[in-house]
Amino acid sequence: MRAFAALLDRLSFTASRNAKLRLIRDHLADAPDPDRGWALAALTGALSFTAAKPAMIRQAVEARVDAELFRLSYDYVGDLAETAALIWPARHGANREPELSEVIDTLNTAKRGEVQGLLEGWLDALDADGRWALLKLVTGGLRVGVSARLAWQAAADFGGVEVADIQEVWHAQTPPYADLLAWLDGKTERPSAMAHGRFRPVMLAQPIDEAIDLPRLDPAAYAAEWKWDGIRVQAVSEGGVKRLYSRTGEDVSGAFPDVLAALNYEGAIDGELLVLRDGRVAPFGDLQQRLNRKTAEAKLIASHPAGIRAYDLLAAEGEDLRALPFAERRARLEAFVAAIGSDRIDLSPLVPFETWKGLAARRAEPPPGDPQSAEGLMLKRLDSVYEAGRPKGPWFKWKRDPHLIDAVLMYAQRGHGKRSSFYSDYTFGVWTEDADGIHVLTPVGKAYFGFTDEELKQLDKFVRDHTVERFGPVRSVTATREFGLVLEVAFEGLQRSKRHKSGVAMRFPRISRIRWDKPAKEADELATLERMLD
Amino acid sequence: MALKATLTRMSLPDHGFASVLRPTPGGLWCPEGDFYIDPPRPVARAVITHGHADHARAGHGAVLATPETLAIMGERYGADFAGRTQALTYGERLKVGGVEVSLAPAGHVLGSAQATVRHGGLTITASGDYKRRRDPTCAAFEPVPSDVFITEATFGLPVFRHPPDTQEIGRLLRSVQQFPERAHLVGAYALGKAQRVIRLLREAGYDETIYVHGALERLNRLYEHFGVDLGPLAPATGSKADFAGRIVIAPPSAIADRCSRRFPDPVTAFASGWMSVRARVRQRGVELPLILSDHADWDELTATLTELSPQEIWITHGRDDALRRWAELEGLTARALHLVGYEDEDDD
Repeated sequence: MRAFAALLDRLSFTASRNAKLRLIRDHLADAPDPDRGWALAALTGALSFTAAKPAMIRQAVEARVDAELFRLSYDYVGDLAETAALIWPARHGANREPELSEVIDTLNTAKRGEVQGLLEGWLDALDADGRWALLKLVTGGLRVGVSARLAWQAAADFGGVEVADIQEVWHAQTPPYADLLAWLDGKTERPSAMAHGRFRPVMLAQPIDEAIDLPRLDPAAYAAEWKWDGIRVQAVSEGGVKRLYSRTGEDVSGAFPDVLAALNYEGAIDGELLVLRDGRVAPFGDLQQRLNRKTAEAKLIASHPAGIRAYDLLAAEGEDLRALPFAERRARLEAFVAAIGSDRIDLSPLVPFETWKGLAARRAEPPPGDPQSAEGLMLKRLDSVYEAGRPKGPWFKWKRDPHLIDAVLMYAQRGHGKRSSFYSDYTFGVWTEDADGIHVLTPVGKAYFGFTDEELKQLDKFVRDHTVERFGPVRSVTATREFGLVLEVAFEGLQRSKRHKSGVAMRFPRISRIRWDKPAKEADELATLERMLD
Repeated sequence: MALKATLTRMSLPDHGFASVLRPTPGGLWCPEGDFYIDPPRPVARAVITHGHADHARAGHGAVLATPETLAIMGERYGADFAGRTQALTYGERLKVGGVEVSLAPAGHVLGSAQATVRHGGLTITASGDYKRRRDPTCAAFEPVPSDVFITEATFGLPVFRHPPDTQEIGRLLRSVQQFPERAHLVGAYALGKAQRVIRLLREAGYDETIYVHGALERLNRLYEHFGVDLGPLAPATGSKADFAGRIVIAPPSAIADRCSRRFPDPVTAFASGWMSVRARVRQRGVELPLILSDHADWDELTATLTELSPQEIWITHGRDDALRRWAELEGLTARALHLVGYEDEDDD
């Protein structure tokens, strides 16, 4: 438990992705079996304990600590599990410190009424870090900034294999992953990937460079389709096991019972998850309401019905289709989707074209209907097999040109990790008129990338030299009609938003240029943005 | 920095203690000897418990302190920091006016002392800041039986239980091993904490050169002069690549700011008792918190008070509410003096 607790503690304060990978990789190398497998399960979200409730922890603490001292402490610390972990009075020699695997095995078989006693015994035996890790584990939700994908990458780094290989076998394995780890140790062959409802690593596209790539590509060798603005998913239904995976292989089934119920087939579809109303794509914001939830409420499902627009067919009736060329898979897909006959699963249509110029015109002026909300086009070579990762050549994405506006820098916030000494997160605004007809800035977005390291230094200097006020890690900078820094901001789309004072919210904003030359008063007006609303 | 020392609670019942030592708006004052202990503003005569800036200020008429504390003050403020100085070694007793003054080790930093005032059969000890665990850079705390024990309560909440030093230093060394391409930038208070971290690293077997920020150099030399061997040190200047895999010690204010950019992708560590609370770690943007404090934690505070069992406990600063509650449960008499002007550790 000690090593696992130290790992969680380190991860929770580490911002850098590479550093997190190193910490997890080293843990997999150093910790014994089966503890390291359980650690991997905890980090990938494969464990869920709900037996211990906050009230139980509170009760256990109050039985040992004066209520007034506990109250003062909780007020100061602000988090129940953390307060409990810190304040728990040590009972030296009370018990041997439990191993992670011991805790998990015991909890898995414990009766409901036994949990509190077990927990108290372990809390007595652990130190403050160990108690914190234990409480995080048993109350479900480590929240140490690690995604399943990151943990898999670390496992891949540890074993010297591709992350796609891990994803391929992952869903056929169960914690504590003895076979998987033995393979990563180099002791055995890769374990079987054969399991119903497993995830297949996703094929991704390279962004196209119009000037370089298009002249070299033969339009007759490619199919084109719209790049829908939802989230890429894999919908698997095999032998009665139905699963919906994100493109990184995380199981998102829980949030989409409506989609899951519609998976009445035997196979694996690659598609875009969208909110579909009467067969029409709703704005991305509608889908966002349903993301990042463990479960879904009936009301939300009814008002925001989700569905899948199918791109590809990876398996059908027990047959793996991934080695077939795209054209063949596409033909199989069309028949497959037609046979399902559900209004929650439709086909992403191909976009007919003859020349790149003709296709460019469709991309610039999509026909009425759903294509107008598409992010752009996908090009797929007709003979391309379905391979994991982002190979260069077979698939390209050809996004629509971003929207651009000129906005004025209003606030800057310190970054994290590597950037913690820089003001690197920028809130910018555009001009609007207040009730008295005076020009004021209203914030319309926040961006923290798009600039070079050199530009970051210049921006940081500007912020420090023109600070008006400081609020913790945030500084406001001079931003008036007469003086301010204009930022050219690129973004993918604009939606109405009640949560933002300006009434608009940007998708994917980034700094595309710093306009040192442009006077602040010539930045854009809110009215310009309102005309761009999707 | 709050310079005013105000007293919000003046109504102490008198057991004769007030003629020995009493809280006043100008700080703890001894009427019979006419001197203050750690006064926040310049006074004619002061007894100084230790060299931290909130306790040891410049400009007093006369200062009585340990030789080490006098040296620290001279280093920080210049030789003319007071009109007159007088050194008192640990255990020596001195008549000051109508009272007897002595100093005992407080275990806080080099030269730190508890000031004991005896008069008319009463003994009051003002402990200043103190800790009970071993510190290789200063003398260990010595309990002085007293009628009144005046304590700090910086970490006076039962959530503060500082782990063993070796465990924290072990975490730093493990991280250095794990991230050999990064510098480890350790924020540590310039007086006491920095030298303790260095000394603890040496005890853990780390004999590489340790790089130090310019602000620490003079105090490091002073510690060495008083016999604390800090091993190979070098100024933290040079090109970025020189610091890969190295440990750099800097004052807390330097670790998250522009100064940190001189080092390769630094792991920012911070050695402070506050690092046991996660919100404080995040607030400071610290990646590797090291729970190392020069103040007594909850267990040390309560053990000290139990051991001494004085007639009265006076609490100068910190979390007096929780410590008073504890005293109440233990049947001890504790009062909050609410002396203002003393800072939380590392809140610089």
